[in-house]
Amino acid sequence: MLGNLPYITVVIVAGIGIYAMMWKRNLIKVVIGVSLLESAVNLFLVSLGYRAGGVAPIYTNAPSTKMVLPTPQALTLTSIVIGVAVDALLLSFCVVIYRHYGTLDPRKVRRLRG
Amino acid sequence: MRKLLIIASIAIFIAFFLYVAINPGDFGKPAGRHLVFGYPKYTDMDDYFITHGQIFSAANNIVTSIVFDFRGYDTLGEATVLFAAVMGIASVLRKLRRDEE
Amino acid sequence: MKMSKIVRTQSGFLYPFILIFGLYIVIHGHLTPGGGFQGGAVIATGFALVVVAYEYKDVRKWITANRLSLAEVTGLLAFIITAYLGLGSTFFRNWLANSGSIFGSRVPPGINPGNLNTGGVLPVMNLAVGLEVLGGLGVIIVYMLNYLKRGEESAG
Repeated sequence: MLGNLPYITVVIVAGIGIYAMMWKRNLIKVVIGVSLLESAVNLFLVSLGYRAGGVAPIYTNAPSTKMVLPTPQALTLTSIVIGVAVDALLLSFCVVIYRHYGTLDPRKVRRLRG
Repeated sequence: MRKLLIIASIAIFIAFFLYVAINPGDFGKPAGRHLVFGYPKYTDMDDYFITHGQIFSAANNIVTSIVFDFRGYDTLGEATVLFAAVMGIASVLRKLRRDEE
Repeated sequence: MKMSKIVRTQSGFLYPFILIFGLYIVIHGHLTPGGGFQGGAVIATGFALVVVAYEYKDVRKWITANRLSLAEVTGLLAFIITAYLGLGSTFFRNWLANSGSIFGSRVPPGINPGNLNTGGVLPVMNLAVGLEVLGGLGVIIVYMLNYLKRGEESAG
């Protein structure tokens, strides 16, 4: 059971992220929830490709030739950069919303419009 | 009502995925329908990359040879996404008109 | 929003080392862990350190959004052109590998100590993507700081 500890961590982190996205009334905290969900997905991808006793898939002075799967790591690299871009875009939206409405509560943003 | 709905949905989510993650099943065996950490099920493509990556793309780092050679289209789309995000930020945070400053 | 003298001196001392470290990660991307994305992010972190530690109008002369945007566009264009040059057979073909010219040495199969002159188009693409990522993240930092600075001026 405890051999699956990375997957349990993935479930807990994703649960915290979804809780922050659904429950919180502050846009910065919603962005933090999105970022936590991205981190959980990245950890899930990397731990899917782990092979017991394997080393990193790099041949330069490698200790052995039993290596972990390289494809999930490459796609996780792509996912990380896209996550950074999405986070930056959401945070700039938060800055503009706070400048225009003076608040970060999404309910008040709708009411103050006019 | 809304709070109850949120709590119920999060509880269902966590319970379902914890069941999949914790399920001991046939631990330690490479095949089977359970998720076992450290024993991936299908490894043919990755074994091919590990054994042939040094011959085809002449690089020691297999991850880099996948990112830029075997799966270059993914990297092209990812670079385009980063470029589009930067353009979006530049158009959102642009300088306002002169009279508004 | 100017930091203290200790922070400014230390950031001026650390800044070249961060740049050299990022360049090392970019250039050795096909031999050691790292690559274009990570190295570009490290260099952009060095830019952010300088921009935060000093006052922005002191570094406005040489960290401008135009230059960083030019770096980003140059990196993306170099990446796509390098991919197109392999179009003799397929898009994204590694046309420099094992060719004997620059970056074209043959790599011995198995565990080896590594040779910088291998990899075909991988080092070229690493440099291009590193340039693109450092430009993109730098543009994000500069635009956000410009926006915050304008708000302070109009409010105060």
